[in-house]
Amino acid sequence: MKIIKLFLIIFILINFSQSKSDVKSEELKNKILKNIRCLICQGQSVYDSESDFALSIKLIVEKKINDGLSEKQIYEFLREKYGEWILYDPELSKNTYILWLLPLLLFLFGGAIVYMNLIIKKK
Amino acid sequence: MKNKIFLFIIILFFIFCFIIFYKGLNNSNIYIPKLNNKKDLPIFIARDFYLETEVNSEKIFLDNNFYILNIWASWCVPCRKEHPILMELSRNKSIKLIGLNYRDNLNNAKKFIDELGNPYSQILIDEEGTLAVEFGAYGVPETFIIDKNKKIIKKFIGPLNQKLLKEIKLFLK
Repeated sequence: MKIIKLFLIIFILINFSQSKSDVKSEELKNKILKNIRCLICQGQSVYDSESDFALSIKLIVEKKINDGLSEKQIYEFLREKYGEWILYDPELSKNTYILWLLPLLLFLFGGAIVYMNLIIKKK
Repeated sequence: MKNKIFLFIIILFFIFCFIIFYKGLNNSNIYIPKLNNKKDLPIFIARDFYLETEVNSEKIFLDNNFYILNIWASWCVPCRKEHPILMELSRNKSIKLIGLNYRDNLNNAKKFIDELGNPYSQILIDEEGTLAVEFGAYGVPETFIIDKNKKIIKKFIGPLNQKLLKEIKLFLK
């Protein structure tokens, strides 16, 4: 009886950890798919799209996750195939410096205008 | 004086922004992935169209030849249009044409080949479209030129035409 109980506990634990990892990989898959642009219906993410291209990418991402590739490695694979544009959230690189730094520069520039105006008004 | 310089910088900044946005208006909103550098041939296992056995990519691209990989499907209207060009290319003995049948019904694909002729030395099945992704393709038809060093040196998105055929022949020289 004790042995049966022990087997039952092990069985439940294995199933629980399995379903937990399934949920995790499903979450990761959805996160990645939401960050990939569909090249057929441009403006939509692969997650939202049902085009042939999007369906193939969904399968590829799932396969890569099952093969043990990390999120970064999957993005790298897709970037190598289709270029930086395929990612909604491109990494900081020499091609994306302006993209990342321009908002900051505009913010500093605007701040400088406000600051200068305040100084002029005080005088 | 300081205020004038400041005003001048602001005007200059807005002119700069205007030029950038104005130039951007002329750019196409549609992104087309380009092949800027030579790319390594992906390693894959695919199913043969006729034999329905699995074949390794290393065996497909074994010869010291130029290869042309063409992605096609029977449901793709532009593929039908470019087929005579492929038939013409297949007469060139210095190249081997490989077909990649993309997300297709096998019976329809066989009918398509029976009707229009088979320009390919081998046809592979890409039922899920995942092999096309390995090549960096996103639709049909797409054509890739692979050199003798097994590098992808050029890709053509869309149907081939007489102008592109001349370009391909130049590559092969």
